[in-house]
Amino acid sequence: MNLANLSPLAVLLPILGAALAFLLIRHHTAQRVVSIGILSATLLLECLLLLSVWDGGTTSVTLGGWLPPWGVVLVVDQFSSLMLVVSTVVSLAVLIYATGQGMADGDQEAPVSIFHPTYLILVAGVSNAFLTGDLFNLYVGFEILLTASYVLMTLGGTGPRIRAGVTYVVVSVVSSVLFLIAIAMIYGATGTITMADLAIKLAELDQGTQNLLHVMLLVAFGIKAAVFPLSFWLPDSYPTAPAPVTAVFAGLLTKVGVYAMVRTETLLFPGDTLNVPLMVVALLTMVVGILGALAQSDIKRLLSFTLVSHIGYMVFGLAMSSVAGLGAAVFYVAHHITVQTSLFLVTGLIERRGGSSSIDRLGGLAKLSPLLALLFFIPAMNLAGIPPFSGFLGKLGLLQAGVELGTPLAITLVVGGVVTSLLTLLAIARVWNRAFWRKPEDAEYPDPVLQAPGNVGVLPRTMVGSTAGLVVFGVALTVFAGPLFQVADGSAGIMLDRSAYIHSVLGDSVVVPPLAGTGDAK
Amino acid sequence: MSINLTLLIVMGVLYACGIYLILERSLTRVLLGLMLLANATNILILSTGGYAGLAPLFTKETSPDSYNDPLPQALILTSIVISFAVTAFMLGIIYRTWVLARQDEIQDDLEDRRVAETPSFDAEDDAIVPLETSEFAVTPASTSDRDHPEATETPNTSTTREGGSA
Repeated sequence: MNLANLSPLAVLLPILGAALAFLLIRHHTAQRVVSIGILSATLLLECLLLLSVWDGGTTSVTLGGWLPPWGVVLVVDQFSSLMLVVSTVVSLAVLIYATGQGMADGDQEAPVSIFHPTYLILVAGVSNAFLTGDLFNLYVGFEILLTASYVLMTLGGTGPRIRAGVTYVVVSVVSSVLFLIAIAMIYGATGTITMADLAIKLAELDQGTQNLLHVMLLVAFGIKAAVFPLSFWLPDSYPTAPAPVTAVFAGLLTKVGVYAMVRTETLLFPGDTLNVPLMVVALLTMVVGILGALAQSDIKRLLSFTLVSHIGYMVFGLAMSSVAGLGAAVFYVAHHITVQTSLFLVTGLIERRGGSSSIDRLGGLAKLSPLLALLFFIPAMNLAGIPPFSGFLGKLGLLQAGVELGTPLAITLVVGGVVTSLLTLLAIARVWNRAFWRKPEDAEYPDPVLQAPGNVGVLPRTMVGSTAGLVVFGVALTVFAGPLFQVADGSAGIMLDRSAYIHSVLGDSVVVPPLAGTGDAK
Repeated sequence: MSINLTLLIVMGVLYACGIYLILERSLTRVLLGLMLLANATNILILSTGGYAGLAPLFTKETSPDSYNDPLPQALILTSIVISFAVTAFMLGIIYRTWVLARQDEIQDDLEDRRVAETPSFDAEDDAIVPLETSEFAVTPASTSDRDHPEATETPNTSTTREGGSA
């Protein structure tokens, strides 16, 4: 039996787990066991899926007995299964962290009973969006994860969270409406919403219609992925949520948008018609994002801005539409999910230990808690792209691809990428110098927790353990960067070639149209 | 394929009103705007199904040409359910805003305002560094601090304050 036939379970298991966790709403221990157990089982399944396509296979599963051009298909290839594995590793670490926090605090900060089912539904939505081969099903996947994220964002219903939640919900709903309009127009123009079928039929439309549909999809996904100038909602809304929620949002939600953009650019609208605008947008995202980060004094807001900034690297890799560029972007997505999430988790720990997440109130954490300093230092250097970490390797891949392309715009982006990397280091160094290195007395408004003697604000072991696990996973991405880069490049080759994807969904007899306008518009 | 002009005009009006309403600052109006946008999109999806026809799979003898395209209707059904859930959630949030702040307006992000008003001078990064930065240098100021007679009195005052509060 082909292992890929089990891929619907990656969506179904978390949903079943959510139902179970909801039934066990009054039994907190059982609920924790169920949700962690289910998520571990999902992770195991997804690792098997990744292994089954490790050498570059593509398999599709037809759902509900309707054949592909009409029914919904799930497609497992290297890119989707790699994203699944990384996202589930991250979600599992965050779930354990949140469980630790819930056990330490009781139900004050995060109502555990609501948290677990909602969280599992969020994971199901993310898995669905990664696996689906149907445009409307992608919309449904987005809605599942967004609706769950609305609940998680406003958990507890305090004033700041409701304020942030309103911005977040309105922006997300508008982007979803845009996506739905794009789907309706695509259906009106081609009569299909299966992505493999669209890859053939969209090429038959005239160029103007194609561009309109293309831009509509990119705008809808650009809002979700927080690409400049559609990124202003993110630093406004993410920092107020509970620490584990911000961590999982920062890691996963924007990357689902990036994933959808990659599929749009490679499968639906291949070629380089919009590469120049995408590169300009990538440059602006990188530079504006990191300049925003430099102005912040709250660590969570600062990290939100670096998140926006580093989305620019992925868009840059995507906009080159070469195997080297796209491969580096795929690697960068995997790296960034892990690193950004671990940084937000560490910030949660900093807030617990130091009483605040504002660098004006913190100081001396390196002496108070050397372990915490280590946990912050490794992913921070990884984010800034210091050798030998995976952030450096990913950026190096992108820069090499940019130099290889050699157009003036690509070279500008290479320079912009290096500058952004240095500015990231500056922003991170500010946090390090203030929160960790200086004496607590030197802080502008020192938090009383810092000077209190004794065991105030000791960190629960589960929270430290899960954060450490994720940091180690991030380092493992560096150690195993060779095979990982091989898979990333392989997936980029498959995505740019398209024939494996289309043949796997529609059968081998279908003729894949040649790419229009590749290579000449450099 | 014939075009149903009424549907298209209704759709256009709904979009126009919806966009006007989501630009307001009042949350209830924003919600109404989002509902109008969602419904306008539903009409758009409906009109992609083409001309009106028989219900799909009416009888086996009906020719395929007289069916209506069933897929857009399935899509609309899904999107109605989704917008229903989101509307209910938005109503909950609006009510909560009312309970907390007694107002029905989108509020500014205070931290964002604060950062925007911060002067570019940063006390730690930009201040002139004093020449002597070593921790071990014995400066006149620190020695006089150590010999200060008041230093011995401080514990007493703190204990009396604790006693008073207890």
